[in-house]
Amino acid sequence: MPTRTEVLETLQDEFTGVTASEFRGQTRVVVKAADLFAVLESLKNDFAFDLLVDITCVDYLQYRDATDRFGLVYLLANTQTAERITVRVMLNEPELTVASAAPLWEGANWLEREVFDMFGIRFDGHPDLRRILLPEEFTAHPLRKDYPLQGRGERHNFSVITRGEA
Amino acid sequence: MSVASAIKKPGNVEEQDFLWTLNFGPQHPATHTTLRIVLKLDGERVVSAAPDIGYLHSGFEKIGEHLDYNQYVTVTDRMNYISPMSNNVAWHHAVEALMGIEITPRCKYIRTIISELARISDHLLSTGAMGLDVGAFTFFLYAFYQRERIYDIFEALCGARFTNSYTRVGGVLHDMTPLVAQKIRDFARDFPKTLQELERLLNRNRIFVERTKGVGVLTREEAIRRSCSGPVARASGVPRDLRKDEPYLAYADLDFQVCCAKAGDCFARYYVRMAEMKESLRLVTQALENLPSGPVNVGIDERTALPNKAQVYQTIEGTISHFELVMTNRGFEVPCEEVYAATEAPNGELGFYLAGDGSDVAYRARCRPPSFIHFAAFPHLIEGHTLSDIVAVLGSLNIIAAELDR
Repeated sequence: MPTRTEVLETLQDEFTGVTASEFRGQTRVVVKAADLFAVLESLKNDFAFDLLVDITCVDYLQYRDATDRFGLVYLLANTQTAERITVRVMLNEPELTVASAAPLWEGANWLEREVFDMFGIRFDGHPDLRRILLPEEFTAHPLRKDYPLQGRGERHNFSVITRGEA
Repeated sequence: MSVASAIKKPGNVEEQDFLWTLNFGPQHPATHTTLRIVLKLDGERVVSAAPDIGYLHSGFEKIGEHLDYNQYVTVTDRMNYISPMSNNVAWHHAVEALMGIEITPRCKYIRTIISELARISDHLLSTGAMGLDVGAFTFFLYAFYQRERIYDIFEALCGARFTNSYTRVGGVLHDMTPLVAQKIRDFARDFPKTLQELERLLNRNRIFVERTKGVGVLTREEAIRRSCSGPVARASGVPRDLRKDEPYLAYADLDFQVCCAKAGDCFARYYVRMAEMKESLRLVTQALENLPSGPVNVGIDERTALPNKAQVYQTIEGTISHFELVMTNRGFEVPCEEVYAATEAPNGELGFYLAGDGSDVAYRARCRPPSFIHFAAFPHLIEGHTLSDIVAVLGSLNIIAAELDR
């Protein structure tokens, strides 16, 4: 269900540089990285978007006509009215840090850890920002577009144990 | 930082807490798959739990950027592998939302039937495994017998029992045959009796009730704050069901109820799942008896679903369409846009965030995995309970490690 227009109008009044678009009945707003936490807080407290559905990220490195490197995506929903909104933030190297949404939603904890793990985006104020799916000694961020599908030598570094040694 | 360092280490003897650290998993019969929880125990009480996941991480989202929209359905089978049909439906639901394809009414009904059968089989296994872990073995055997019958239906439908890969962009692999319809009717006739027996085995079973009631309580506010969805949220009194809230497929035409409980404990989650099976069976019966006739795939002129062999060999449009679809970069018309589309999978909201870049391969294929989000709430649920309650809570959340780690 698309977002009510008064939500978008209020956001555009309160924050500068908020652009809204709609595709297949889904409303997306792009906000500035500095405003992210305030926008999420306002959506949660003033417009009852109480459910954080998902946090994800897209790396636009090989995307045609893309001007920004990363697009961080927050999907919110209202559990009473089933209204949804997508909040996006564009990020460029080297400022890959945004404010964590964990103070607003407990569910953001692991979702942000996964984004950090896969894309290397840091979240300020996150209670426990560690890698979640990959081993701690892993150095790369594999869902970035400059990371190859085959991996970068990780498999070759495993020591081979022969039958006699084992 | 490692898991060991995430748990606070004592600096000197005064700070020493004399708690016992126990590794639960990665290989433990009650985790059913591979996950690890580092527990701090005070006697038998769990003081804190630190989950360590990633043992089954296989880069599904990265693979999604290299397989085309039809090929990737085989990978979705392997996410929540106890109900692969729901994942297939969820994936192509998102793909069709991205491309703006309206599937045929018959296809909508067939997908509804298989999603609901998948929900029944998922709930049978999750409640069965939960019963098994807290000591009710018979329940599991009864449940698994019915699950085998659902496998038989899927085998007759698409040839595969376990990894179905049944849906395609704009349609399904094979149309439903009268044999499949008959098998579903037989199942729908026999299943209520088994369900009744299952309820009689556990609902008032004293051991089961005492091990699950009041254990792992998730309040309504916490369920929303922790992004829970599906039966876990509904057992905590969040009446959110995407089948009602944003009706997709044929759910708007069919009559069913959203099953909710208020207690939010393990028993409530078990109870909601049992109640949902009844509603799913009603949905299956209604959809099967009202199955529209007509084509199952979208027309060949739209160039999305592969035409059948008769069309390929006997019509020029079929030949052209088949040829273009199997050539790279000649098939689908994909907008350079991003879309999020979710379905109500047995475990919760299973959505895909897709970014299209004009080619027939997704630029980004993010899966919103319900197991991942529910497992994040696990340390909160288990705090203060005993070691033996872990299996009850894990079972009631239905954590599937393949979906957890992807």
